[in-house]
Amino acid sequence: MLKLLWLIPALPCAGFLTLAFFGPRLSRRAVALIGPGVVLASAVVSWSVAMSFFLAPPPGGAFVQELWTWMDVAGFHPKMALYLDPLSLVMMLVVTSVGFLIHWYSTEFMAEDEGYSRFFAYMNLFVASMLVLLLGDNLLLLYLGWEGVGLCSYLLIGFWYTDPANGRAARKAFYVTRVGDTAMSLGLFLLFTQLGTLQIQDLMREAHDQWGTGSKLATAAGLLLLGGACGKSAQLPLQVWLPDAMAGPTPTSALIHAATMVTAGVYLIARTHVIFEVSPTAQFAVAAVGAATLLIAGFSAMTQWDIKKSLAFSTISQIGYMFLALGVGAWSAAIFHFMTHAFFKALLFLGAGIVIEACHHEHSMFKMGGLRKELPVTFWTFAIAGCSLAGLPLVTAGFYSKGLIIWNAYASAGGSMVLWLAAVFGALLTSIYTFRMIFLTFFGEPKAHVVKRPGAAMKIPVMILAFFAAVAGFVETPGFLGHAHVFSNFMQKALPEAVERRGLGMSELGSEAVVMLAFLAGLAIAYFFFLKKPALQESVTEPPVGQAVHRFWFSDWGMDWLYDKLFVQPLWWFARINKRDFIDSFYAAVAAVTRALWVVLRSTQTGRLRWYAAVIVAGTILFVALALVAKP
Amino acid sequence: MIGLLVRRNLLFILMSLEVMVNAAGLAFVVAGAGHGQADGQAMFIFILAIAAAEVAVGLALVLLLYHRYRTLDVDVASQLRG
Repeated sequence: MLKLLWLIPALPCAGFLTLAFFGPRLSRRAVALIGPGVVLASAVVSWSVAMSFFLAPPPGGAFVQELWTWMDVAGFHPKMALYLDPLSLVMMLVVTSVGFLIHWYSTEFMAEDEGYSRFFAYMNLFVASMLVLLLGDNLLLLYLGWEGVGLCSYLLIGFWYTDPANGRAARKAFYVTRVGDTAMSLGLFLLFTQLGTLQIQDLMREAHDQWGTGSKLATAAGLLLLGGACGKSAQLPLQVWLPDAMAGPTPTSALIHAATMVTAGVYLIARTHVIFEVSPTAQFAVAAVGAATLLIAGFSAMTQWDIKKSLAFSTISQIGYMFLALGVGAWSAAIFHFMTHAFFKALLFLGAGIVIEACHHEHSMFKMGGLRKELPVTFWTFAIAGCSLAGLPLVTAGFYSKGLIIWNAYASAGGSMVLWLAAVFGALLTSIYTFRMIFLTFFGEPKAHVVKRPGAAMKIPVMILAFFAAVAGFVETPGFLGHAHVFSNFMQKALPEAVERRGLGMSELGSEAVVMLAFLAGLAIAYFFFLKKPALQESVTEPPVGQAVHRFWFSDWGMDWLYDKLFVQPLWWFARINKRDFIDSFYAAVAAVTRALWVVLRSTQTGRLRWYAAVIVAGTILFVALALVAKP
Repeated sequence: MIGLLVRRNLLFILMSLEVMVNAAGLAFVVAGAGHGQADGQAMFIFILAIAAAEVAVGLALVLLLYHRYRTLDVDVASQLRG
């Protein structure tokens, strides 16, 4: 069964090619069969590959399938090879399964859209690229998938390209992630020139052997890779593109900008974890970036009125948690949170898509309300996902994954009290903005008229996701709650276990208790502000200080403004003064001289024979006279 | 030479050219006689041959010009004006 591994990325790729070439000529039914069908086939193959991986683990805990040599130039011969280990296996299962559910949902969501086949072509290409990214055996193949998902993200953000604002959002996402990609490609160059290979496993071995702990080269490589991860995963300071990326269709936001692509940075760092282990500086940078991002995005998420933007900031914040986990050395906790996050965040986006369609494409949460009775299925699934995101104790997946990260932020080797406090405060913020979203949308007075109710193709995927958002956490529970370690035991073959530091002043139970308190406090605050006494909101935002803070958080801490002043405006200014390219002016001068000479000389070419004869005579006389005069 | 410059009829221009060539030849012969050397006369033989070739080409041009424009006015054939 493992031999079928190549089919997993190949199937969506075939779907993409079919839809790209024949899509406009196929009927909608056929497109709706091919688009989700290939992803379903891919998911089935991945589950059967996973089954045989579980039942008969390959030697060494990893399976490599070499397809062909990609290129062979001067000692550089990357192979087209797929690498399956527990890390890529879990990611692959999530991508294909959640990907299929979202494709299924899209068949109904996009049913009225003109670009039906184009949409599924892009989505299939995305799934294929993401699988190449995950299964790539060397960093070059990973980079191919990395750029592929970036391209799909760009295409899908600008999917409704007739609106210039969508095109602008797509270009912004492309440019900002390009900054990160540049850092990442520099990191790849550094790794190749220093270690002579891009094959990930060799690279990790070499990095461990050649570079001592704290080596400067390892730090440089780690920071460059972190730069790439920050761009793709929308972490500080490159997070500005993700809120704008919500211009794309909602299933795109669910699949690409919440569940899968934006976690590619997490995967990259987990994949190259040895580099971060030999460089504590780089690893601490990962933790710091994660902690800062999760707080900043949490504050911003509280102030958004657009339900999708609020979810986007929540995504940034949750990926911040994953980075924090990576940064403190809790590798498998990060992947665990990736998995649960993929379920509940995809579900939240799909639910938001239903709500937005139901309210006639209304994005503002303040214009919704009371949808609980109108859309019961959506309400319950959205509430389950929201509770999972906020970490409702004991019965949701998010509680276990986030609690594990918060505990590790304190207890593991790289952890500290400051990081723990940041993570707990982040949990409080998460709880506030999640319940704010739920209360504003589903409770209170009905403000919007429901124009469209979801059909089966939209309801069933969200119900399946809701099931996983609730139960996916039981594979990894803390010591006082059954002590299940299925997930981390499985991950151990790919990622080292988190090391607990000694002399801790707090127990895991204590940490979890504080997280529960944070959840309850957030729930209570949201309840009072947004359900019980909405007037309280104004008493906070009315004073000038409150207004300024609100505006500051709403605008993503002024990051867009800062980048506009720092990069965009100077570039425009330079472009304006340099409209007539100063390097070009040299060539323009040569052309101008030639043209002037042409104007003068063309007047001598009269085409009259007698004029030519006269000029010859005059010239002859002139030169003879000169010869006579010049003679001494 | 004046004839060459002021006449517009190609036939007359050619005739002026012949006169100029013969004048040059005469100058060679006279100069040769003046120096008491035969070089001037040898040069005249060359000039005679060149003149013959030139007349052949020139008359062909006259025919073509007439064929094309039905006139021998050289100012009409000024299509190469820059």
